[in-house]
Amino acid sequence: MGGATETFYSVIRRQGITRRSFHKFCSLTATSLGLGPLAASQIANALETKPRVPVIWMHGLECTCCSESFIRSAHPLAKDVVLSMISLDYDDPIMAAAGHQAEAILEETRAKYKGQYVLAVEGNPPLNEGGMFCIDGGKPFVEKLKAMAADSIVIIAWGTCASWGCVQAAKPNPTQATPIDKVITNKPIIKVPGCPPIAEVMTALVTFITTFGKLPELDRQGRPKMFYSQRIHDKCYRRPHFDAGQFVERWDDESARKGYCLYKMGCKGPTTYNACSAVRWNGGVSFPIQSGHGCFGCSEDGFWDKGSFYDRLTTIKQFGIEANADQIGMAAAGAVGLAVATHAAVTAAKRLTRKPGRVAQEK
Amino acid sequence: MLDKSLQALTAAVTLDPVRSSSSERGVVYVYEAPVRLWHWINAAAILVLSLSGYFIGSAIPTMPGETSDNFLFGYIRFAHYLTAYVLTLGFLLRIYWAIVGNPYAKQIFYVPLWRKSYWREVWHEIRWYAFVAAEPKEYVAHNPLAQFAMFFMFTLTIAFMIVTGFALYAQGTGNDSWQYRLFGWVFSIWPNSQDVHTWHHLGLWMIMTFALIHIYTAVREEIVSRQSIVSSIIFGEREFRD
Repeated sequence: MGGATETFYSVIRRQGITRRSFHKFCSLTATSLGLGPLAASQIANALETKPRVPVIWMHGLECTCCSESFIRSAHPLAKDVVLSMISLDYDDPIMAAAGHQAEAILEETRAKYKGQYVLAVEGNPPLNEGGMFCIDGGKPFVEKLKAMAADSIVIIAWGTCASWGCVQAAKPNPTQATPIDKVITNKPIIKVPGCPPIAEVMTALVTFITTFGKLPELDRQGRPKMFYSQRIHDKCYRRPHFDAGQFVERWDDESARKGYCLYKMGCKGPTTYNACSAVRWNGGVSFPIQSGHGCFGCSEDGFWDKGSFYDRLTTIKQFGIEANADQIGMAAAGAVGLAVATHAAVTAAKRLTRKPGRVAQEK
Repeated sequence: MLDKSLQALTAAVTLDPVRSSSSERGVVYVYEAPVRLWHWINAAAILVLSLSGYFIGSAIPTMPGETSDNFLFGYIRFAHYLTAYVLTLGFLLRIYWAIVGNPYAKQIFYVPLWRKSYWREVWHEIRWYAFVAAEPKEYVAHNPLAQFAMFFMFTLTIAFMIVTGFALYAQGTGNDSWQYRLFGWVFSIWPNSQDVHTWHHLGLWMIMTFALIHIYTAVREEIVSRQSIVSSIIFGEREFRD
């Protein structure tokens, strides 16, 4: 555990990282955040002078894929940098301490850095049965979360679980898994959705907060604008095929081999806000669409409940049967069309049979 | 002009929408020129929007040839957006005309649900369409049932389509666009824009169902009722035939 006065720079120098590498990291980070050339020196200055920010990283109902993603951050330095940049005081799956020792750290941080530490939450609390479905350190996770949130400065909601609910909150959500912003309402919350979020997005976000000491600009949904203001679709390299009207219709057809647009295969790129098509995964190697599969929309709210991943139109379950908007609409229009035709027939029949009588009456 | 010559007659007609059957055979100027013009532009816009919208939702068969030689899906989407602007501007001007136009121009924007006589007349219309009532009543503008369908199936749906449509359009124009500033709140209701797509799509079928009923009843009433319908929306005046 680093002291409060220890800076990030002193930590990485101690780890044997050269000043040259440090500046490389600063310019790389400035670029990935979309900042100007002067920002690199600002970042360097901040990291040399500012005390390391204590971070408590808690795990609720989740699968740890966010952590798995985070520690695989593409640039090897970036991972080291972030892990030493922040003072990661508590992170139960990867920390050395366990049991009472680990729990003691929570209390210690809370008392020592009251109103100064960042609370990163991976996963979410289930609220049903008094939070019984996620017990952590002998207590329901929701209680631990509320206690630690009370004295934090900002909460980072890692991943779709913490941001939207994800698979454990999918219908019928038996444990009543609830996203962080529905449980903690009095703290600023940054949502970093994705299942998992992109490693570089996570590290860049932490860098931004520790460097500038402020929150990045958030969009309407509480996501950092710098990574979530555009859809996968907007930067997709297959976009020209979409505009041309060239679509994959079967997984093994000619279009699939030519790498055409996956719109018809249910790609959720047009409705998914994330940076995959710009940053990509595994060190910029690829992302789902580049590998020939449509986007799932894993960073979107309730993505498990929008029907098949391979349908363009969402399944609408409210109608009792599983149907999409087209099937429901066509059924409604068809029924009305049939009614209209019947009505027209009856009108015609009535008119034909009534006519002689009516004419006679008028005479 | 035809409009001017009829104005004296329009002024002479009382605002009572129900004419007693004993009144003399007459012609009333109902649909003013802007309303008629809007009606047909709007109808054409809906036709283009429905077709292009359906293709956007379901996509077209794959275009052969080089990608750089094709832009069909782009053009379909462009047609949808362009026509959407036409429809929206038309709708706004139509609201303006509801304020400055004649009383009949206001009809599609409200339903007098609070009026007892309204419900009585709706009941009569239902009986007429169920072949129970022998004779339809005469109305200068929409009959009560038509007004109900017009407001709930058409006016509200079109407003809904404009709002959700611009919200979806804002996804392309970006977070800093005026479209997002004006209509981005839609994504506070449905955080996953996939839902907005689904609702927008259901709206298409609502409009289609309305169009079916609307065209059928207009043609049917033209033939069997005691007043002109189809010619009224072309020439503006309503002719009572008995």
